[in-house]
Amino acid sequence: MSIAAPTEPSGAGQPTPVADVAGESLLRGAWRRLRRSPLAIAGAAIVLVFVVVALAAPLLAPYEPASTQWAGLVTPQSVPGPAPDHLLGLDSFGSDMLTQLIYGARQSLIVGVVSTVLGLSVGATLGLAAGGFGGKVDTIVMRLVDVLLSIPSLLLAVSVAAVIGQSQLSVMIAIGVAQVPVFARLLRGSMMLQSKSDYVLAADALGIRRRRIVMGHVLPNSMGPTIVQATLALATAIIEVAALSFLGLGDGDPAVAEWGRMLVAAQERFGNDPRLAVYPGVCIAITALGFTLFGEALREALDPRQRR
Amino acid sequence: MTRPVGVRSEPLLEVEDLAVVFHGSRGDVEAVSEVSFSVRPGEHVALVGESGSGKSVTALAVMGLLPPRSTTVRGSIRYDGDELLDLDARSRRDLRGAEMAMIFQDPMTSLNPVVPIGVQIGEVLQRHKGLRKTEAREVSGDLLGRVGISDGKRRLKEYPHQLSGGMRQRVLIAIALACEPRLLIADEPTTALDVTIQAQILELLRELVSGTGTALVMITHDLGVVAGLCDEVHVMYSGRVVESAPRRSLFGEPRHPYTGGLLGSIPRLDSARGEPLTPIPGSPNDALPWTHSCAFAPRCGNRVDKCTVQTPALRGSEHASRPGDEQALRCFNPLDTREAS
Repeated sequence: MSIAAPTEPSGAGQPTPVADVAGESLLRGAWRRLRRSPLAIAGAAIVLVFVVVALAAPLLAPYEPASTQWAGLVTPQSVPGPAPDHLLGLDSFGSDMLTQLIYGARQSLIVGVVSTVLGLSVGATLGLAAGGFGGKVDTIVMRLVDVLLSIPSLLLAVSVAAVIGQSQLSVMIAIGVAQVPVFARLLRGSMMLQSKSDYVLAADALGIRRRRIVMGHVLPNSMGPTIVQATLALATAIIEVAALSFLGLGDGDPAVAEWGRMLVAAQERFGNDPRLAVYPGVCIAITALGFTLFGEALREALDPRQRR
Repeated sequence: MTRPVGVRSEPLLEVEDLAVVFHGSRGDVEAVSEVSFSVRPGEHVALVGESGSGKSVTALAVMGLLPPRSTTVRGSIRYDGDELLDLDARSRRDLRGAEMAMIFQDPMTSLNPVVPIGVQIGEVLQRHKGLRKTEAREVSGDLLGRVGISDGKRRLKEYPHQLSGGMRQRVLIAIALACEPRLLIADEPTTALDVTIQAQILELLRELVSGTGTALVMITHDLGVVAGLCDEVHVMYSGRVVESAPRRSLFGEPRHPYTGGLLGSIPRLDSARGEPLTPIPGSPNDALPWTHSCAFAPRCGNRVDKCTVQTPALRGSEHASRPGDEQALRCFNPLDTREAS
């Protein structure tokens, strides 16, 4: 892992010209490179819009969520389309489509963030234990993670829902638990890799305590891939929420707007009113794309080989 | 360049009959064996040899940095009279950085890329000297000044990638010497640097260790480094010492054909233009096993029949000029010395 600056000829022991950027940290360097990538900017813009919409939903949405006051306008044959009152028309229950989409963003963000934080914190803790202690701890933790990995996430969701009932919480737990193995393996792997590096040997040669080496040297160098994975996991989580709802395993409360359930409702009317499915589908796709683009750009920006 | 060599003082480090065995998936490999040497306070000793000669492994064994699960270290390593191989891992960790320190070959990778250098200097002070963070910061700034980095205080915040190779090696030297260790092992400290920087770094090392009583073990393949810095030289080949001698006699009258070959392969300023260098033929991969031959035999110009069937023993040489000068040779048919003298 050479982090030698290739553009900088190692001048005769002189202070280098870069020195005036005094104290540029890993994250600041990454930020500088992020700004130069158009894909990263596109991804970041999508993520930003999504987050703002989700947080400011009550301010942005034209109507109250799940208000079915226009149900009378919905006939078995057709659902009223876009009109000045309802910019994207109504949905099959007679709610305002735009309002439902906006509140759906909020729902996706909550479930996505909570489940990712759950997966990240449990997974990273396991990975840290495995990578930090090594030996027996490593073996035990990683076998445990392997077992977890062998359970399909949908099956896991069904089981969790069966145990604690069908609710938002069970969706979060199911998606979060499914992410645990990914985070655990990722962090452990990069810690193992970093443990073999020269600077760890050098710290060892100075008698620095094992705990300090792990927490102060190995961990900060291993977090890059995990940060990236967290971003990508958000994209996956948003898709999974929709998938679980679509399969009827999602949040049972019909008053909560949710993109996945909107897709289900649109299913039977797909022939006459495909837009009912297109709107939430596009929302899911664009949001997932945004997080993926941002995550990939972050991966490149955090890559030490790219460090300039 | 006269330095008082503490002939009469007790050795600080005594390595005796050291053997290091690596347990690999394809069986055990003996990387080092029968290595003995000692270093007195203030003395500068060189371990010289090509890549794979076991010099770095010897250093790691002394520091206690070999992975315990996959290596076995036998023999004896005494530091200040105490047997290091009998100590537990924790006690050895307490010694490292405080009593003995090591400078590594590659300054590009030996510093943590995401931690400011000030923290990296400070943590060893906090660890061994019990300084608080602010105190450590103070001392770190001074240390940078001592290794020739101006404006040290401000530079503490900088990250390794903002420094050139020579500067990084200076930082690593500052870190190694932070707690004033009595033994310093430098593992090819100049190999990864430009030639002009090499000289600066060696000069800096000399300045910092001379007069302080610090014992220096210099690991190198560069006899030029030895000539400028070391009192005592141990030449290693394929995991064993083949010749030990004081610097003067080693350069003046090398006895082992390998030592002769190393000296002969150095480019000289006074050689005629266009005159080819005289390399040692073959590569270290050609080594024979020491168990029933001389490992250097396949590349040796002085080879006799005995060399490929019998192991030469390391014998002390009888014409040691001064008491305390260790001289030893592992060869059946050494190079002629000027017997006339």
